[in-house]
Amino acid sequence: MAPASSEGTYPEDLRYHEEHDWARIEGDQATMGITWYAQDSLGEVVFFDPPEVGATIQKDSSYAEVESVKAVSDVIAPLSGEIVEVNDALQDNPEKVNEDPYGEGWLVKVRLTAPEEAETLLGVQEYRKMLDR
Amino acid sequence: MSDAATATRRTPLYERHVELGAKLVPFAGWEMPVQYEGIREEHSAVRRHVGMFDVSHMGEVEVEGHDALAFLQRVLSNDVAKIEIGGAQYSCLCQEDGGVLDDLFVYRLGADRFLIVTNAANHGTDLAWLGRQSREFDVIVRDVADRYAMLAVQGPHARAVLTSALGIELPPRFHVSHVRVGRRPALACGTGYTGEDGVELLIDPEVASPIWAELLDAGVVPCGLGARDTLRLEVCFPLHGNELTPERNPIEAGLGWCCNEATGFIGSETIARARAEGTAETLVAFTIEDKGIPREGNPVLRGDEQVGAVTSGTFAPSLELGAGMAYVSAELAEPGTEIEIDVRGKRRRARIASKPLYAKRS
Repeated sequence: MAPASSEGTYPEDLRYHEEHDWARIEGDQATMGITWYAQDSLGEVVFFDPPEVGATIQKDSSYAEVESVKAVSDVIAPLSGEIVEVNDALQDNPEKVNEDPYGEGWLVKVRLTAPEEAETLLGVQEYRKMLDR
Repeated sequence: MSDAATATRRTPLYERHVELGAKLVPFAGWEMPVQYEGIREEHSAVRRHVGMFDVSHMGEVEVEGHDALAFLQRVLSNDVAKIEIGGAQYSCLCQEDGGVLDDLFVYRLGADRFLIVTNAANHGTDLAWLGRQSREFDVIVRDVADRYAMLAVQGPHARAVLTSALGIELPPRFHVSHVRVGRRPALACGTGYTGEDGVELLIDPEVASPIWAELLDAGVVPCGLGARDTLRLEVCFPLHGNELTPERNPIEAGLGWCCNEATGFIGSETIARARAEGTAETLVAFTIEDKGIPREGNPVLRGDEQVGAVTSGTFAPSLELGAGMAYVSAELAEPGTEIEIDVRGKRRRARIASKPLYAKRS
């Protein structure tokens, strides 16, 4: 069988969390979402239950849920911080999480409270290696 | 491959499912496709065109003998005498206290010969129960599950596609006919679990694979157990293990219509009492008012009081909202009643709805 990572796309400029989440870090802010692998395992996303703007999220803890027809999946925070924006467009078009997981399917924007945590995240090669194990 | 997966059984179509890239999951001791391309697409193929399900995991039991009718009248809730030869009927298999052991279709193949299609998870217990109850009757109860692969071809175009692809004469709804599929004897049943017109084919396992391929070529969309569940839920067909259990009788499940207590079937006394006196809880359908998807086990609330629990919940693709079924206190069963569903700690506003939640466009 082909390695698991050969099926999906995993952009070079992102940092990855083992629980299949990504972060695009820009200064003291990060945009977060779930990876191609995560959306593929879950199936068609039909509902994103976002956190509230202003809520604090903790690295490695669940901060939201995404649901497919059959399943619910916790979304794990790759980094700690405070929610500054949620992707409201997903309320009407949750399928963007499947169609464009790193673009229009982003979930939240976060002001980072511990930017140094980024060092513990995986680069794209490490994440791909993890998927192929 | 893990040990747990290799211990499960595979249908004759397992290789086809793998080829099609299906997501396979363990279900009732079988390794079954839950979806191929996606539940929503498969669901909508059945509502609008035609889809096919490998339901070979379901069990078959043949009941034959001089007392076949009398025996089935004793063990099944419906009036079996009403089934003409070539007819089909839905029934519950109940224990003495009226609890539902299984729900099933019975097909009358001859004056003294019937075929029962059981739920995969209950096949063994059904067989044991039927064997035990059959002792006083001149009847043979035969496990014939290995004799059949089962394909459910469902949707508004199901009959047209089957007629042209397989060249077989199809029975009317709730009837069964003897046909030949892949040059082997087969049964075509005018039944299904989707709320759409369609046919269930009981065919020789050896021809299952080529027949599946032929139907694929004819444009039939392969559908998994995921879509099967959303389709049945929208039309409020109960699922044994969720809505139906040995702890619930058919009356509270809304299945009084398939119980005829006058036949004196096992469980009929309790069921007659439940019908006359009413039950504390009753099975209802509901839809979520705005956001959220109910799931099995979620508490049903009214104010701060728990008044029931969700038995099946999902995102309903044809309704495009969260919907489900639940047992609630009987006085709350009226359609329109406002309730709340506790979805993992979040209260979601919902409303009791009339059954079915989705009605076929005619």
